[in-house]
This record gives sequence, C-alpha cells and structure tokens, in this order.
Amino acid sequence: MKKIEAIIRLARFEAVKKALEEQDITFFSYWDVRGTGVAREGHLYRGTLYDTSIIERRILSIIVRDENLKKTVETIINAAKTGEIGDGRIFVSDIEDTYRIRTGESGPETLYEK
Amino acid sequence: MDANGALDILWVLLAGILVFFMQAGFAMVEAGFTRAKNVGNIIMKNFMDFSIGSLMFWVIGYSIMYGGEGAFFGAFDFFYNDGTDLHNLFFQTVFAATAATIVSGAMAERTKFSTYLLFSLIITVVIYPISGHWVWGGGWLSELGFHDFAGSTVVHSVGGWAALAGAWTIGPRIGKYNGKTNAIPGHNMVLGALGVFILWLGWFGFNPGSQLAISGDNAYAVALIVITTNLAAAAGAIVTMFVTWFRYGKPDLSMTLNGALAGLVGITAGCDIVSPAGAVAIGAIAGLVVVFSIEFIDQKLKIDDPVGAISVHGVCGAVGTLLVGLFATDGGVFYGGGFSLLGVQALGVVSIGAWAFGLGLILFKTLKATMGLRVSEQEEREGLDIHEHGQSSYNY
Repeated sequence: MKKIEAIIRLARFEAVKKALEEQDITFFSYWDVRGTGVAREGHLYRGTLYDTSIIERRILSIIVRDENLKKTVETIINAAKTGEIGDGRIFVSDIEDTYRIRTGESGPETLYEK
Repeated sequence: MDANGALDILWVLLAGILVFFMQAGFAMVEAGFTRAKNVGNIIMKNFMDFSIGSLMFWVIGYSIMYGGEGAFFGAFDFFYNDGTDLHNLFFQTVFAATAATIVSGAMAERTKFSTYLLFSLIITVVIYPISGHWVWGGGWLSELGFHDFAGSTVVHSVGGWAALAGAWTIGPRIGKYNGKTNAIPGHNMVLGALGVFILWLGWFGFNPGSQLAISGDNAYAVALIVITTNLAAAAGAIVTMFVTWFRYGKPDLSMTLNGALAGLVGITAGCDIVSPAGAVAIGAIAGLVVVFSIEFIDQKLKIDDPVGAISVHGVCGAVGTLLVGLFATDGGVFYGGGFSLLGVQALGVVSIGAWAFGLGLILFKTLKATMGLRVSEQEEREGLDIHEHGQSSYNY
C-alpha cells in the first residue's frame, strides 16, 4: 500500500474530490494546513499588508493499494492543476499495514468496505 | 408633577437606557478588533468601566460636575440622593461611563487589569466631571458661549486624549513595530460590526436625549437631532469606505466601521444647531479625517491604538466641536455669524484637550512608576485571559 499526501489549493478541493470519486477513491482524510514557500498570498488590514508568506492549503491523506497508485496521482494532478505557481505538491510513501477497527481485520483488502 | 414634566423625565430615562447599551457596543467593538487570547480581559475592562462609573458617579462624580455654579468645580456632596433629579443622575452616569470606556480600547492587550481599574475610577471622579463642569455644570466655558450639545469634547475627546496619554505611556504591543509597522488583525469583524451597530443605536439616545426634554416643541428639536445624528453617521461611513477603497485598493471593513463612529462623534457637539445638510458635511469631514488620523498615529507617531479610539474620539471629537463654529445655523461662519463662535469652540477644544491629556499623562506615568502599567512579556504573548483571569474565552 502507498500513502499519497497531496497539498492542494482550497479552491480545487471540490474538483479533486469529485475526480477521485469517479475513480472509486472514496476514503481519505483531509485537513486545512498552512505552509511557507515561493507563492505569496497577502491579507490587508487597515491599509497594512501582512501574512504574505503564509500560504493556506488543504492536505489530503489517501491510502491506496499499489496497483491504484498511478491513476490516483494522475487524477489528483489533473484536477488540482491551475498552471500558476502555488498549485501544490504530492508526496508518496510506503504503508506497512492497515486495520479495520470495527472488525479487527488487517491487510490491504480491508481498504474496501464489505 | 404634570404630564409634560413626566414625559420629559421618561424621555431622559429612555435615552439614558439607550446610552447604557452603548457599553455593549464598545465592548463588542473592542472585542472584535483585538485578538482572541485577550477578549475576556477587554470585556472585563468594559464591564468594570460601567460598574465602577455607575458607583463613583453616584458617590461623588455627579456632585463635582453639577453640584454648584463655581467656575471650575461643582460641589462635594457625597452619595447623591435628590429624589427629583435622579433621572439626570442616571443620564449623566451613562455619559461619564462612555468617556471612561473609550480608554480601554486604546490600551488593549497589554494593560494590567488592576491598574486599569484604578485609572477608570479616577477618570470618572476627577478628569471627566471637572472638565464636564466647565461646559455643562455652569462653569467658565459655558459662560463664554462654548457649545457642545451632547459631548464631542466633554465626553469623547476627554476619553480620546486620555487614551492618547495611556497608549503613549504604555507603549505598543509586542510585535507591532519591529523595523516597520505590522498589522495585528482583530479576531472577529462580526463582533466589531455588531458593536458599531449597537453604538449607532445608542447614539439615538446620546444625542437626542441631551435635549433633556421632549414635551411641546422639544419634540421637533429631538427629531432634528435624530436626523442629524443618523445622517452624520451614514456620511462618515460612506466617505471612509470610499477613501479606503481608493487608498488601499479595496474597501476596508474595520476602517469603514470606524468611519461611522467618526461621523457620530463629530456630530455630537452640534447635533441640535446644524441643518441636515450641515450634518452630512460634518459626518463626511469626520469620515475623511479619521482615516488619515489613524494612519498618522499608527504609522508616523508609532502609537499603537488597536481600535482607533484616539482618532475616532479624540481627533473627531475636536473636529466636530470646531465645525460647530462653521455650521451652526445660529452663529456659524457659514451663516453670517463671524468667527467668535469658532474662537470659543477652539478655546474649549484646546483647554479640555490639555486638561484630559495632561492629567491623563501625569496619572499614567505615576501608575507606571508605582503599580506598574503593563503586563509582563510572557503574559502578553500567552494572552491576558489566561494570566489575568485564569481562563480562556473560547473553549471548543
């Protein structure tokens, strides 16, 4: 199994989620995150620009079986891309095992509901 | 007691109740314009401003302000209890509390609570009633024809100049100025906006109530004051919105909220003797001035005022008082009255400004040297709610 961590723009989330559902990727966690990098976003308060290096994004954490890795990554990239600097990044890492808490079973097959 | 007398008293009491609700307005504005970690502390300060003010104005403040006809001072009658005049005690109490609570915003997020309580007591008992006596208690400024109908100078600029003394003495919040001027955004613009709406509502008691009567032809006067008050607020808000739109590229919510208040403070001195058009002009001028005043104080003087209290109440209070000299339909420059009224207005603005700022400065410097004015760096960084009150205000 592989873990895909995709840091994407907030505005692209609905499109990415829909595209993943069309590929039968329906289970993942996500949370809002801040980061720092090349992109610049700015907020204005009473005439003063602030927080320009703080970038707000959403990170998706998706666990897939090895055979689904390529299609999942391509789906995310196609749905999340705008072409502008700051589109985000994907990290792929290995996952050793997984358990379904309700039944106690383990193994990659438990990624799917039965 | 005849019906007209009772009606007048009823009006004063109702108006006073509206002005009381302005305390909630101030509390919400200050809460919204400051950070979440300090919001409980700012609420406590506002809450206590009114509570202490209510008590101390009854104990002695009202008597100092209204108890006699001396040039500078009323009288020293403790525990006011004239049963025929308690509606005026109430009305003046809520006004005194308004002046006191202006200061808490300018000194927010870094002031020791205990020291602030002591200051609040002193402004209610010394600073406010003495200058108030000069204008409304029969003192020397009223003898000269100074016109401040509902308190642009007596209430608002007294609070504003005392706030300037306090904010200057205590210094800026950590991180506000480190090489350049940084923004420290308020945590909740919804609360800030609610506060301004409440203040606008309360001002319909603050200004029209100052007629102190509504029977007979007073009703027309009161209605005029409601209109001038409303028009000035609206003009202030609109002008500020456009000024920030041009200057910053986008219309700024927090400044626009300040703009409405600037218009309200500005019209307070002359709300009874200007025309509706004059009210629009005064509100518009205040809305313009307040933006540049806030920028000047924040960026050039480098005095940290989280809510803009010094500009809204001090500067616009002074401006509104001076504009009476131009726009008063009876005696103003634009109505053929010459410059004498304007001169008296200027005298009042300067003398009360010097009084409030000077006394405030002495007081704050003394408090700084004795009790200590400011919380420690760690307390300021972690938040006053936790350190001064032992609790946080937002518990999810």
